[in-house]
Amino acid sequence: MSIQLSTPVNRQAAEALSRSKGEPEWLTAKRADAAELVETLELPKVEKTRIDRWNLSAYGQYKAAQPVSSAQELSQDIQAFVTESQAGLLVTRGSGAVFSTLSDELKAQGVIFTDLETAAREHGAIVQQYLHTVVPSNEDKLTALHSALWNGGVFVYVPKNVEVELPLQALLYNDDAEATFAPHVLIVAEANSRVTYVDNVITTGSAAQVAAIHHGIVEVVAKAGAKVSFASIHSMGEEVVDISIRRAALDNDARVEWIIGDLNDGNTLSDTKSVLNGRGSSSDSKVISIGSKKQKLSLTTQAVHWGKSTDSQMITRAVMREEATAIINGITKIEKGATKANGEQTEKVLMLSPKSRGDANPILLIDEDDVTAGHAASVGQVNPEQVYYLMSRGIAKIDAERLIIYGFLAPVVSEIPIDAVREQLQRLLERKLEA
Amino acid sequence: MSTQFIINDLKASVEGKEILKGINLEIKGGEIHAIMGPNGTGKSTLASALMGHPKYEVTDGTAHLNGEDILEMEVDERARAGMFLAMQYPSEITGVTNADFLRSAINARREEGNEISLIKFIRQMEGKMKELEMNPEFAHRYLNEGFSGGEKKRNEILQMMLLDPKLVILDEIDSGLDIDALRIVSNGVNAMRSEDRGFLVITHYQRLLNYIKPDFVHVMMQGRIVKSGGPELAERLENEGYDWVKEELGIVDETVGQA
Repeated sequence: MSIQLSTPVNRQAAEALSRSKGEPEWLTAKRADAAELVETLELPKVEKTRIDRWNLSAYGQYKAAQPVSSAQELSQDIQAFVTESQAGLLVTRGSGAVFSTLSDELKAQGVIFTDLETAAREHGAIVQQYLHTVVPSNEDKLTALHSALWNGGVFVYVPKNVEVELPLQALLYNDDAEATFAPHVLIVAEANSRVTYVDNVITTGSAAQVAAIHHGIVEVVAKAGAKVSFASIHSMGEEVVDISIRRAALDNDARVEWIIGDLNDGNTLSDTKSVLNGRGSSSDSKVISIGSKKQKLSLTTQAVHWGKSTDSQMITRAVMREEATAIINGITKIEKGATKANGEQTEKVLMLSPKSRGDANPILLIDEDDVTAGHAASVGQVNPEQVYYLMSRGIAKIDAERLIIYGFLAPVVSEIPIDAVREQLQRLLERKLEA
Repeated sequence: MSTQFIINDLKASVEGKEILKGINLEIKGGEIHAIMGPNGTGKSTLASALMGHPKYEVTDGTAHLNGEDILEMEVDERARAGMFLAMQYPSEITGVTNADFLRSAINARREEGNEISLIKFIRQMEGKMKELEMNPEFAHRYLNEGFSGGEKKRNEILQMMLLDPKLVILDEIDSGLDIDALRIVSNGVNAMRSEDRGFLVITHYQRLLNYIKPDFVHVMMQGRIVKSGGPELAERLENEGYDWVKEELGIVDETVGQA
């Protein structure tokens, strides 16, 4: 395996970095162990995508970020992503956090919303209990690498029975291609709690134009009866490789809703998975993506059913322009004993040019008889009958196609829980579709 | 100027097969013309060729709407020039609400900067939907998606009412309609009758013509209009079928372009 990393990852380097940041011993030890695993583990096997050919070398160096005292001090292009009504806002820049706020009311209720490095110092016991439990460090080379070098990140903790009405928003951005950009998001929702978390992952300035990597992992722990809504919009530059692994572990009657907008300009590996451990737990995933130029996208949604009467819904819709390629995998796995489980998935790709490519792979792996499961997949072009119909009402061809393309994405866009974020997404869609 | 629509020697083919073999027809504002005929005689091809469906190639002839040859235009230009085709099988379009679609269609006819105000649009749309006894929810449903056959037809008529065309073609608007829906749809059409609007009603059955009274009736066979007359022609066809026409004209097989 020939993955060249500009940052030497070995036990000593990981330890040294962790110590220099004043991290607790347990975390230094986790990082050191993970660093050792990087050497021995293989890259993950990604369906029909040769990530070993991607430029994974530009991992950068840890660079401390300079905090700001208010959101107004952030650059204009970053401020534009800040939504009006949130219960908390967290901003990380490159390798570290620069700003965070949380309403006093939520603080009083015991909600924690801070960057993960701070959380590891200030709320070590909880972080230690859950970190890397949903996405194990030893899964593959990439998870090990991330565990050794993650920085900044987000920690959300919602105590039992607490309902966070307004969303918590995070902006994770990088404007320095030499800074390691590897945020780790850990969300712990205790029993019967509720929370909506929204983030934007962005590169600006030089970081958008030179080779760099965003390597993010999201772990969601949803305890019994908890409901977590997670929305994430990625819009990173052409030279930036985005590797994003998101995973939720659900207890009885917990629910996770994923809304993912993969709107990068560079190669993207996006894998979003719900592990339905508890009886009656449910998951809903909606992913949209637009590929352009020579982008290669690997978009995977997964649901693993262990609990009885579990339900999973997965939708992925991708529009491919120019010479972009998308491999879209939907994996519904129903384990033995998960009786009365139901899993449904749909993958659709709309190709706008003869050189664009889309592959939709619905995969059902079912080891239990007493279940229901369904899948639908389609790959096609804009339907000329639909264009004709709209044109026959006086709508110009370009507008007709536009309506159809936006309509294709609408079932996901319309689900975004916050108006401001939905509008942002709409703008990003326009930028990508009309560039 | 009152509307004038003149089709002159229109010929069209589908996948290289000639279906329309020279159609001549003149429709003036205020007139309703019915085109009748058995299946496979070219009726719907005439509708599609006039609107500009990409599958139909016009090989000869002209069709002038108020002096402009619409056959020279793109589909959207034809629509903006005043053509409207209520389709037999309207497309379903996910993610585009009926209201957004209608507003786009109305605004396509207006200058940039002079778009219809939202309030005015909603008022118009709701008013027309009420006339057509449509559930107001349909405004927010995705275009034709999950609509029943009858709902789709009402939705076509709703579009016609809001777009105020000069030449309306109704292609088998009665197919799949129960008697109540037929009455509602017909009322909608009749309410639109005016001096500056002409209608071309394509139908298989005379039944529709009890509700929408035509001024002229044409029979189509073998890709041509073979017989024309007044409303009494439709009644005779209803009572006696098409055999007498075939006999009179010495036609054995009335269809065209069938494999």
